[in-house]
Amino acid sequence: MTTPSAIQWFKTREGIYYMLLALLLVVILPLTLDPFRLSMTGKYLTYAFVAIGLVMCWGKAGILSLGQGIFFGLGGYCMAMFLKLEASTPEATAIQSTPGIPDFMDWNQLTELPWFWQPFHSFPFTLLAIIGVPVLLALIIGFTMFTRRVGGVYFSIMTQAVAAILTILIIGQQGYTGGVNGITDLRTLMGWDIRTDEAKMTLYFICVALLFGCLFIARMVQNRKLGRILMAMNAQETRVRFSGYDVAAFKIFVFCLAAAFAGIGGAMFTLIVGFMSPSFVGIVASIEMVIFCALGGRLSILGAVYGALLVNAAKSGLSESFPELWPFAMGALFIGVVMAFPNGLAGLYQSYIQPLEDRLFKGKQAEISSQSSAPISQPSKAEESDGYDSSMDNYSAEKS
Amino acid sequence: MKMHKQSKKGGANGRWGLGKLKLLAASMVLAATANAATPPTSQVNTTGLAVTDDTVTVGILHSITGTMSISEIGSVQAEKLAIKQINEAGGVLGRQIKYVQEDGASDWPTFAEKSRKLLRQDKVAAVFGCWTSASRKAVLPVFEQLNGMLYYPTFYEGLEQSPNVIYTGQEATQQILAAIDWAVKEKGAKSFYLLGSDYIWPRTSNKIARKHIEKLGLTVSGEEYYPLGHTQFNSVINKIKLKKPDVIFAIVVGGSNVAFYKQLQAAGIDPTKEKPMVLTISVTEDEIRGIGGENVEGIYASMKYFQSLDNENNKAFVAAFKKEYGDDMVIGDVTQAAYLGPWLWKMAVEKAGSFDIDKIREVSPGIEFTGAPEGYVRIHENHHLWSKGRIGLAMADGQYKLVHETEELMEPDPFPEGYQ
Repeated sequence: MTTPSAIQWFKTREGIYYMLLALLLVVILPLTLDPFRLSMTGKYLTYAFVAIGLVMCWGKAGILSLGQGIFFGLGGYCMAMFLKLEASTPEATAIQSTPGIPDFMDWNQLTELPWFWQPFHSFPFTLLAIIGVPVLLALIIGFTMFTRRVGGVYFSIMTQAVAAILTILIIGQQGYTGGVNGITDLRTLMGWDIRTDEAKMTLYFICVALLFGCLFIARMVQNRKLGRILMAMNAQETRVRFSGYDVAAFKIFVFCLAAAFAGIGGAMFTLIVGFMSPSFVGIVASIEMVIFCALGGRLSILGAVYGALLVNAAKSGLSESFPELWPFAMGALFIGVVMAFPNGLAGLYQSYIQPLEDRLFKGKQAEISSQSSAPISQPSKAEESDGYDSSMDNYSAEKS
Repeated sequence: MKMHKQSKKGGANGRWGLGKLKLLAASMVLAATANAATPPTSQVNTTGLAVTDDTVTVGILHSITGTMSISEIGSVQAEKLAIKQINEAGGVLGRQIKYVQEDGASDWPTFAEKSRKLLRQDKVAAVFGCWTSASRKAVLPVFEQLNGMLYYPTFYEGLEQSPNVIYTGQEATQQILAAIDWAVKEKGAKSFYLLGSDYIWPRTSNKIARKHIEKLGLTVSGEEYYPLGHTQFNSVINKIKLKKPDVIFAIVVGGSNVAFYKQLQAAGIDPTKEKPMVLTISVTEDEIRGIGGENVEGIYASMKYFQSLDNENNKAFVAAFKKEYGDDMVIGDVTQAAYLGPWLWKMAVEKAGSFDIDKIREVSPGIEFTGAPEGYVRIHENHHLWSKGRIGLAMADGQYKLVHETEELMEPDPFPEGYQ
């Protein structure tokens, strides 16, 4: 995208939506919330990464993964392993029978660091692993499933199974993973204390920046030809296949993309919350993530962000006000939203608020419709880059 | 006018309080008896805790929703009862205790989030809470960072000693050594089969048990673990029947207990018979309520408290508890330990003459509670409690009958030498 068109884009309606979200996250919330609440908002935002991935994967391409917790957890564990190694200096762990290894390993009679922990001494490797490990697993799952044309409900069940397996593995191998307790007591990142208020603030802004990075990548994918192929695949998979596209390759791609987003979210979660445990990997966590996405509107990447924010804020708020009744209130909220607005918040917005806006901006209507798109509508031609189409064709030709 | 009067009163109290502080160094007893007076807030609270001239706010942080709620609700009730009784007796340093209750929702990050909220936003003077080791591990960094004080009620695996936690339950060695020594001496046990749910507490406990058994020159005929929530114990029961151990040392937790004890009986292993004996450290009266008394009749448990303990403190405690929450309530080991929390905190505050966390920490070791339902406890230098080990025999009505009690208080030893 060249600079003039970028400036133009900010004037469009879609641009304004992004600006509004940015305004909310970068200006309004930091000014109105105290550091404690802001850090909690940061935590909610880490789930938004997963929700964006789910919009791409489920909403656009129709692949419902009920195991996004796997990738969130893997990203989080990679970061936690690095932080834990940093916290487990021989001086800090002098009380152990083997100083210099993480405390839970010592409790489980391990006497040296396992081989797969060794590379996590390196920060660049950790950063690579946060995205690489989830993507690699997604690639393996995707390759084995999609090339055999396993789809629909079967795929969802498989992802659940993998989530369950991973949880059992982590809990069972507690000497290597920290078990049920998870990896706790993380203190510093390259010597920088992540527990102070200033650090929480900085982490929040890093989280927001990364979130926008992911939003733009998702938007780029959705507005290109690639995005339309994904949508087409969702509606008429066979037709897309007969048109000469390698459906499996597209599915693997979007599943890996969602895994990468979830991995980044998980790593930020570890940094903000200060520990990682198997409860974010398992089935319940994974289904909760689907709920964030469904509530925000599974077709809208911006809706997903609001969904993750609102559901989690409601969860905290309700549980503080009604410690004994909040699960019922949450349940009622879910049922209410799903029954009244099947397309989530974004659907609600589209059917009620957008018409109002249209009337308000009637004068600008012509200009807007020629240049931009609402979050859910088809992308406009102006935004397609020239080089992309041919590369796309090469890609599919090569694969099929 | 009123303001003037108050400040004058405060000044007078301040001088008197300074004297009291000096006295405190010389005599702890004097300080403890001086609690009727209300020293001014500026003097007893120098770190901005939620203390006013007539109230002090504490936090209660347990799971009251989710899988752990069955276990943790007893602790919440005991803590609220203790707070009520303290308030009726005049409060702490002349201040009534108010509490903020938060729900950990059986979810460890939620525990961390709520503990941060309690300490930072509510500025509570102490927190009574947590149950599982995982939840304690999750909140520990928060308490250490924000310098809070947590009273933790559950018996647990040890290997921890935080300046910001008082552990009112037993640590592993207190339960296990008492259990094994008793089984060896009284029952002539020679071989043990260790099994448990697969997480840190059973594993660490069995590690200690194995070391101790091997030290005594006896045999461990097997050691196995099953995932939380596991319900198929037939294979291990077959192995047990094959190996014929004298003692089945079981640390199974939660819902798995129901399956485990029913399957034991179905396989013809009847705990009421002499051998094999079933010895557990994880089944309190609360758990029996879920498992059913008839399924566990005849098993032995090693804990520090049973509801049936025959002493005046306990009779009063059980009566008060039932009056408050209904006659069908049962009180397990952890519930009693949770009840100790507010009392031990009150005594520490009065001994220190201050709500400041640092001062409470300093004076806590050595505090004795003679009114404890379990009899008598004392806080050790390592923030755990000196307490007696007891063995109970499970009856069909869901209660334990006390069959053995250590003569001396057992020393808490969270980092046992030679057991790691």
